[in-house]
Amino acid sequence: MNLASVVKTLNLKVACGQEHLERPVRGGYAGDLLSDVLANSREGDLWITRQSHQNIVAVSSLKDHAGILLVQGKEPDMDTLEKAIKEGIPILVTEGGTFEIAGRLYRLLHERS
Amino acid sequence: MSLKYDGKFSVRGGDFKEAGKVAVEIKGILKKFGIDAEILRRVAIVAYEAEVNIISYAKLGKIHLQVHPERIVMDVEDEGPGIEDIELAMRPGYSTASELIRELGFGAGMGLVNIKHCADEFKITSMVNQGTRLRIIIHVPAR
Repeated sequence: MNLASVVKTLNLKVACGQEHLERPVRGGYAGDLLSDVLANSREGDLWITRQSHQNIVAVSSLKDHAGILLVQGKEPDMDTLEKAIKEGIPILVTEGGTFEIAGRLYRLLHERS
Repeated sequence: MSLKYDGKFSVRGGDFKEAGKVAVEIKGILKKFGIDAEILRRVAIVAYEAEVNIISYAKLGKIHLQVHPERIVMDVEDEGPGIEDIELAMRPGYSTASELIRELGFGAGMGLVNIKHCADEFKITSMVNQGTRLRIIIHVPAR
């Protein structure tokens, strides 16, 4: 399953990275503590977080995430967008909360094999 | 054994805007050497956590990366307050981070723990009011 399918099915807004939506989504990780995400998330994860500042881009880049998904309608800061565009990291946004979107993503990833 | 790479990277204290820049650069350098993904992952964590520690607590620091055929060495050195009780600092969850730092998602108290966990050899020394030094060695298995 790729980011484009996830965006369409979960009705996500694409803040940047439209050209990278063919990337496969191998899993998901929900977390707002950067050390935790750094230690425990995996390559190909879609990272669900409420942190919208520019430091999320380096973490996502280091871990080779599929992309970042911001919750509660939080738009990325200008600095974040600039860095994400430069690093080629897609940033998506959802109106819902972490629990709901993580559940829906989990179900989506596990229903289709 | 020949040295494949030898480079130093400066990190400015308080420079949260650039947090992760050095780690991303180091990862890029190692990727070009065709280093195994699992080792790349460990180096990325070590470099990032060391970099963020310098930014969070020190005035200035540097990361010295040396790539040998059979091991990767990172020597991290900073000028700063130093660590009074290293054992306490190494305790998971213990943090001296300010409110601002925590709001950004840093300061979980896992930095040094994560570094040690990723290293094959880890050494930390510190002098209060001078600074802290880390030496991290990651073994690269022969193919």
